[in-house]
Amino acid sequence: MAAVPAPLNTQHGCPSGLGPPADGPRLADPSPFVRREKDGRDSLELLVKGAHCAGCIRKIEGAVRALPGVENTRLNLTTGRLFASWRPGALAPRAIVETVGRLGYEALPFDPEASRHSKDETGRDLLIRLAVAGFAMMNIMMFSVPVWSGVGEMGEGARGLMHWVSALIALPACLYAAQPFFRSAAAALKQRRANMDVPISLGVILALSISVYETASGGPHAYFDGASMLLFFLLIGRYLDHRLRHEARSAAQDLLALQAVTAQRLDPDGVVRAVALRDVAPGDRLHLAPGDRVPVDGVIEQGASEFDKAILTGETAPAPAGAGDAIPAGAVNLTRPLIMRATRAAAESTVAELARLIEAGEQARARRMRIADKAASLYVPVVHTLAALTFIGWLAAPPLLRAWGYDIADLGLRGALLNAVAVLIITCPCALGLAVPAVQIVATARLFRRGVLVKSGDALERLAQADYVVLDKTGTLTLGRPALVGAVDAAALREAASLARASHHPLARALVEAAGPGRPAAEVIEHPGQGLEASLAGAPARLGRRAFAAPEAGDDGAHAGPELWFKHGEAAPIRFRFEDKLRPDAAAAVAAFRARGIDVELLSGDRPEAVEAAARAAGIATWRASVSPQDKIARLAALAAAGRRPLMIGDGLNDAAALAAAHVSAAPGAAIGASQAAADLVFQGERLSPIVEALDVARKAERRVIENLGFSALYNLIAAPIAIFGFVTPFIAAFAMSSSSLVVTLNALRLREKGRSQ
Amino acid sequence: MSVAIYLIPVALFMGAVGLAAFIWSLKSGQYEDLKGAAARILIDDED
Repeated sequence: MAAVPAPLNTQHGCPSGLGPPADGPRLADPSPFVRREKDGRDSLELLVKGAHCAGCIRKIEGAVRALPGVENTRLNLTTGRLFASWRPGALAPRAIVETVGRLGYEALPFDPEASRHSKDETGRDLLIRLAVAGFAMMNIMMFSVPVWSGVGEMGEGARGLMHWVSALIALPACLYAAQPFFRSAAAALKQRRANMDVPISLGVILALSISVYETASGGPHAYFDGASMLLFFLLIGRYLDHRLRHEARSAAQDLLALQAVTAQRLDPDGVVRAVALRDVAPGDRLHLAPGDRVPVDGVIEQGASEFDKAILTGETAPAPAGAGDAIPAGAVNLTRPLIMRATRAAAESTVAELARLIEAGEQARARRMRIADKAASLYVPVVHTLAALTFIGWLAAPPLLRAWGYDIADLGLRGALLNAVAVLIITCPCALGLAVPAVQIVATARLFRRGVLVKSGDALERLAQADYVVLDKTGTLTLGRPALVGAVDAAALREAASLARASHHPLARALVEAAGPGRPAAEVIEHPGQGLEASLAGAPARLGRRAFAAPEAGDDGAHAGPELWFKHGEAAPIRFRFEDKLRPDAAAAVAAFRARGIDVELLSGDRPEAVEAAARAAGIATWRASVSPQDKIARLAALAAAGRRPLMIGDGLNDAAALAAAHVSAAPGAAIGASQAAADLVFQGERLSPIVEALDVARKAERRVIENLGFSALYNLIAAPIAIFGFVTPFIAAFAMSSSSLVVTLNALRLREKGRSQ
Repeated sequence: MSVAIYLIPVALFMGAVGLAAFIWSLKSGQYEDLKGAAARILIDDED
C-alpha cells in the first residue's frame, strides 16, 4: 500500500470544536463497495461522522486529495457523504478510510445498493412541478386582474384575448403540474377507493374544460387562474409532506446501508479479504480485530478476548470469551484479534432477527390512520355529493320553480356545470392539504434546532397521544458508558491514560475521556481480560484489574462498580473507580413527565440491583430487571391492550424491536443504528429534556392541526353555499382559496419559538 | 391596447427565463448541500 503523508493539521476532529473527535474509529475495508465509473475511474462513497464546519471540509478534502492517484473528492456537509474517485489501482481504498480516520473523523463505507434511492428524484420532480404551477399562476394573474377590474369597461375582444393567453399558459402548465394528482387518483380509483386526489383531479379537469368552452364561446367566466392556483397551493402541501417522509426514509436507509459494513474473511489460501456482509457464508473463517463488531453469529476458533454486548443485552460489564465460545452478531471485540468461524449467514444472524421484529412493528404502525387521512375520508364524499347536487339542482330547480310561479332564469346545461365546477374549485382542499404538513414541518424544524430529529410526520401525532413512558436503563436513563468518579491524582491519571489510549476497552476509554487529549504510550501490550502493560519513563507500568496490576493491594470493598488499578514502578497503586452515571437531568425529566400526567416505567435487561439503584435515583417507582427483548414487546403489548399509548425510549439492539412495537418511540443519538432506524425520534446530547420538549411541541402541534382542520371546515361551510347558489365568480374563488391557505400557514407558523432565530 | 401585443410576449418570456433558471439550478444540484455551500465560501483558494 502506498505510504500516506501525515496530515499537517494537528487538531484532532473538527477544528471549530463543534463536535468531539471520533474515538478509535473503526477501520472497515471499503473495497467491496468500490464502483467503476463510466469514465473508467474507481469511486467510493463514505459516510463521514463528525464533520461540522468549513475547516472540516478543508481538512478532509485536502488530505484525501493529497493521496496519490485521487482525482476528485467532495464532502457534502449536509448529508455527511464523502465522494472520492481515483485512477484504478493507484491506491488501496482502505487508505481513504485510514486518512479520514487519522484526522479524527469516523469514515464508514456504505453499501451503494442499499442507499441507491437516497437521491430525492421525487422531491425534485415535485419542486419543478411546483415551480411550473407557480409560474402559471403568477402569469395568468397578469391577465385575470385586468378582466376582474375591467368589468363593464373591457370590450369583449380584449377579454377574449386575455382568456386565450391564459388558456395558452394554463393548459400545458396545469396538465403537467397536476400529474402527481392524476396518477394518485387513477391508482385509487383502480382499487375502487376515492382519496383526496379524486376531487382535485376532477376539479382541475372540469375547470380547465369548462373554461376553454367559455373562452371559445366568448363567455365572461374562465377559471384558468383558479385551476393553476389550486395546483400551486396543493403542490406546496404535497412537497412539504414529501420532505418529511423523505428525510425519515433516507435516515433509515443510511442506517441500513451502514449495517453493511464489511467482514475480513480469511480465505483458504491464507489471504485476508474484505467482503460485503451479505457474502459471508456459514463456515467462513473471519478475522476480528479489536474494535470490530462481530459481523455474523459465530464461534471463536482461535484466541481469547472480551466482548461488549451492551447493545444486545443492556449489560455494561464486558464478557470474556475464548476458543469454542459462541459470539452473537453485534457484539464488539474489545481487546485481542481473533479468528472466528461463521455459523449463520448475515440474514439469519441475531441482528437480522431483531431487524425483522422491527419491520413487523413498523407495519403494524403503518396501519394506523393519520388525522389528515381521516379528514380526507370525510371530505371526499361530501364534496362529490355537493357538486353533483348543485349540477342536478340547477338543471331541475328553475323549471320547477317557474311552474310554481317564481320568476327565475334557466341556466341550462352550461350554467349548471359552471356552478358545479365552482363548488369543486372553491371547496378544493387547499387549506386541508396544507393544514397538516405545514404544522408538522414547523414543529419538526423547531425540534431539530433543539437536537431532536423527528423521523416522520405522523410521529408527532402519535407522540401527542402518548400517556405512558417506558424507559430503558443502560444508555437511555444513564449515559451508557462508564465514567470516572471520585478524586484522582492528575499526574497518575495522565500516565494511566497514556496506556489506556492503546485499548478499546470501555473502562480504558472512560479513563482517556477523563484525562483529555494526550499522547499514547509506546509498545503497549494488552493482556485480554487482565489489563495493559508498558514501560513508562524507564519503569514498568500496569493498568488493569487488581489481580493483574496491583496484586498486593487489599480490597476494601467500598465500591461495587467497575474499577481499574494503575501501578507505575515502585509508586503506590492507584485505584480508578467507574460508574454508569445517570443522565444529568434524568430525575428532572421523570418529574416533568409526571407533571404532564404521564407515568414512567423502567424496563432493563440488566441485573436487578443495578436497575433498582437507577430507578431510585431517577425517582421511578415501577421497574423490571433482566427483561428480554421479547418480554419488552410483551410488556408494550400488555400496555396497549390496557388502552395505554406508551412512549418507548431506548437505545440498545435489545430495545430496537420494542421501539418499533411501541405507540411512539425515541432513541438517543448515541444509540445503535438499528434502534435509531426503529425509533420515531432521535435526540442528541446528554439530556433527556429534549424529549419532554418534543412532547410539549407535539401536543401544541396537534392543537394547531385541529385548529387548521376546524378552520378549513368553517371555510367550506361558508364558501360551499355561496358556490352552490351560483354567486361565485373566478375572482371570488381565487381570493377565497389564497386567503384560506394563508390563514392555515400563518396559524402553523405560530408554533415557531418566539425570540429565537437562526 | 395594441402595445399589449408586444408586452405580453415580453412579460411571458421574462417569466419563462426565471422558471428555466430555477429548473437549471435545481437540476445542477445547487440545493443538495446548502450547509456545505454556506461553509465553503470561508475556505481560501489553495493556489
